[in-house]
Amino acid sequence: MRVRIFLTLSAILLLVTIAMDLLLIPSLASVQNKDLIQYSPIFYWHIPVAWVALFAFLCVFMASIAYLWKRTPFWDIVATTSAELGVVFTTLFLLTGSIWAKFAWGTWWAWDARLTSSLVLWIIYVAYFLLRAYISSPEQRARFAAVFGILGFVDVPIVILTLFVSNQMHPGDAAFHLDRPQMIITLVTGVVAFTLLYFGLLFFGIHLREDAYEISKLKESDGG
Amino acid sequence: MNDTGYIVAAFAVVWIGLFIYIFVLVQREKALRKEIAALKEGMKKT
Repeated sequence: MRVRIFLTLSAILLLVTIAMDLLLIPSLASVQNKDLIQYSPIFYWHIPVAWVALFAFLCVFMASIAYLWKRTPFWDIVATTSAELGVVFTTLFLLTGSIWAKFAWGTWWAWDARLTSSLVLWIIYVAYFLLRAYISSPEQRARFAAVFGILGFVDVPIVILTLFVSNQMHPGDAAFHLDRPQMIITLVTGVVAFTLLYFGLLFFGIHLREDAYEISKLKESDGG
Repeated sequence: MNDTGYIVAAFAVVWIGLFIYIFVLVQREKALRKEIAALKEGMKKT
């Protein structure tokens, strides 16, 4: 029920974001200077997707601390589900960012602080799943993954701080300098829509992993 | 690729990516339901 509410609300808001985004396209045609990145409709997808990715890793960090403190499988399930969503959304923000870079600056990729730290973030959380895959004991796997989830979060503030690094291709704090109310509303609607989508998928993923955990326990008690 | 092409490509990446992930989740749910049904069947027999 909770999953359906979040997914329905996010679907409605995503459609509103698409409509508002399409209304911004005519203004794009009148812009000659590609440095005015806030006129690009890609901006209104890229920022919310990036926000959700970083938020997902914050949840991994908090759930990992909660696991080490409480030692209950629930927090390991929350951390794993959020890490998976974080990897999915980081993949999407790296891809949309690359398309946007080609569109605005004529290149798919540059090894500047922002892009490199974002790629490192993606690699860290892919490694998180590799670590989980190689440890067979459930308790040890959860404990090691929790420590990795906490340490891996170190890169998130670095990604945010690179917004303020000058001399890089990535535009930095452009989101704070939108000059039309329509732009601000489109961006906020997109952020809310993707945040609701994150929670809908998080609750669905937690539900699936809890069921899988119960099944594995039943099988264990049944002698495999 | 023209300007519109890049915009369409970015939209497509987000939507296709999300649909693939949701499809994977639904497949996982189906597999779990099958496993639960098999377990119930096994319990009935014992």
